[in-house]
Amino acid sequence: METAIDLKQIQARQLFLKLSMRVFIYAMLILGALFIFIPFGWTLSTALKTDQQVLAYPPVWIPSPVVWENFVKALTIRPFHIYYFNTFLIAFICVTAQVLSSSLVAYGFARFRFPGRNLLFFVLLSTMMLPSNLLLVPRFILFKTLGWLDTFLPLTIPHFFGSAFSIFLMRQYLMGIPLELDEAAKIDGAGPLRVYSSIIFPLVRPALGAIAVFEFVSVWRDFMGPLIYLSSEKHYTVSLGLAAFKSEFFTEWNLFMAAAVVAMLPPLIVFFIAQKYFISGASLTGSGASKG
Amino acid sequence: MSSAIVATGKKKLNIYKKEAAFGYLLISPWLIGFLCFMLAPLVGVILISFMRWDLITSPHWVGIENYKKLFQDPLFWQSLKVTLIYAAGRVPLGILTALVTALLLNQKVKFIGFWRVVYYMPVVLPPVAISLIWMWIYNGQYGVINSIIHGLFGIQGPQWLNDPVLVLPALMVMAVWSAAGRNMIIYLSGLQGISNELYEAAIIDGASSWTRFWKITLPMLTPVIFFHMVTGMIETFQLFTQAYVMTEGGPNNASLFFNYYLYQKGFQQYQMGYAAAMSWVIFLLIVGLTLLIFRSSKAWVYYEAEVK
Repeated sequence: METAIDLKQIQARQLFLKLSMRVFIYAMLILGALFIFIPFGWTLSTALKTDQQVLAYPPVWIPSPVVWENFVKALTIRPFHIYYFNTFLIAFICVTAQVLSSSLVAYGFARFRFPGRNLLFFVLLSTMMLPSNLLLVPRFILFKTLGWLDTFLPLTIPHFFGSAFSIFLMRQYLMGIPLELDEAAKIDGAGPLRVYSSIIFPLVRPALGAIAVFEFVSVWRDFMGPLIYLSSEKHYTVSLGLAAFKSEFFTEWNLFMAAAVVAMLPPLIVFFIAQKYFISGASLTGSGASKG
Repeated sequence: MSSAIVATGKKKLNIYKKEAAFGYLLISPWLIGFLCFMLAPLVGVILISFMRWDLITSPHWVGIENYKKLFQDPLFWQSLKVTLIYAAGRVPLGILTALVTALLLNQKVKFIGFWRVVYYMPVVLPPVAISLIWMWIYNGQYGVINSIIHGLFGIQGPQWLNDPVLVLPALMVMAVWSAAGRNMIIYLSGLQGISNELYEAAIIDGASSWTRFWKITLPMLTPVIFFHMVTGMIETFQLFTQAYVMTEGGPNNASLFFNYYLYQKGFQQYQMGYAAAMSWVIFLLIVGLTLLIFRSSKAWVYYEAEVK
């Protein structure tokens, strides 16, 4: 009789522990999410405030009145439409170039035997470890000699040669596609490009999508590249325009925040549409690289 | 009969040759890009580091003068110090937050997709926009942090970004905010790669969840932690936008990050030789530190493949 009570007590205690663990986990998750969201909330709220309310003390979270005109003002005070056009143009070129070149190079590495293949692939992987600022000075001089400064060429042309990251991601994906598919097509007389276009390409579309999305976001995030290579304002990208905007209008926080919100929108929209690719792509590279 | 064998042999050889040629053709874009935009600049950076060159007048060969000047330059040492201190705080802090977040998200929680999206979101944002936002959060007078401090304790909070002691910790917190999600995903995939059998065996042996974490989870994650340490360090040496937009290296050079100083030297003062020497020093330093981590990794990184 007594042991039965003990058992019940133990069960109750276990249930209690389990429940409190649950509560703890969710509390931590919510705390973390708040840490992520508060800066966003503060940004959006500031973007909609009047000048007086921005500096109000204690701070108010809900702007009243809601000043939607801040967005209009922030985006017209400087030619942000030109910045957006430039950034989209550069991103479009880079994404197209990156998807084409990286997939073909990865196809070569994954499906063809040639002397030195493993060595070359190792070289490719090791370039991922190379800090990019090492090449800043000579690349700048190269592009200056070529007369490419203040054009979009330094920001786009290198993407036509594929990036180690995309090639690696693509090759990992290709390795998962059974070789028998290629063989069957080859027996039917298809050449390598034919095999690529009609067998491989349709199967690797998710990986291509992931590369395109990563490329778009990385172009959109780039700041140092445009800062170094572009000088005239008609060539500015969004990030560059935003930084210039900050040094010009020193204290108009509501306008900065409005501009920042709009600058964040394209990558955020892309992220929400493609978050599946993002998160699986990131984990793929993480686990792949950590095993190396 | 024998000629037939030779013929098929030749044909086979031709097939191999053709395959190899096609392989080279396919990888040629990367190969050309590597030679033109990596290997050539890499050699270039060595040559330029031995020159004095402002890009306007023709370059002067000065031997090791740039390196000599570099090692006597207090700002160079300051930038190195700032970068290393930042790395020493930022990398462990990043590992800890990413690990905790990944452990939380590896439980059977509801709306797992939602949580992952939330934590990953800041990763895609442009650094300039993030920098502006956090400048405003850290604002000494009107920033949200100081308002909370004032509300809770009734005292004026510190000037986060204008305080030489606080500026680096403030930037570390911001970096955790913007990168925790990306690293969390990497740890999560590491966690999911740990086989359940290990845990089951441990449970049978009566191991508590705490022991299971220390004896199974953490050792199995060491390759991920190792990867994170190396990439985190390289990232620190690349850090630029925050220094440019938020602090301009200040106050009093307390946030003069290595890459920002390199930018000042090369692209604002047009001392290309000096900047090239800096790049070269930093490259050797990163290689050295990476080797050090690699060396130490033998003692603490656990690879499953080695045991088998």
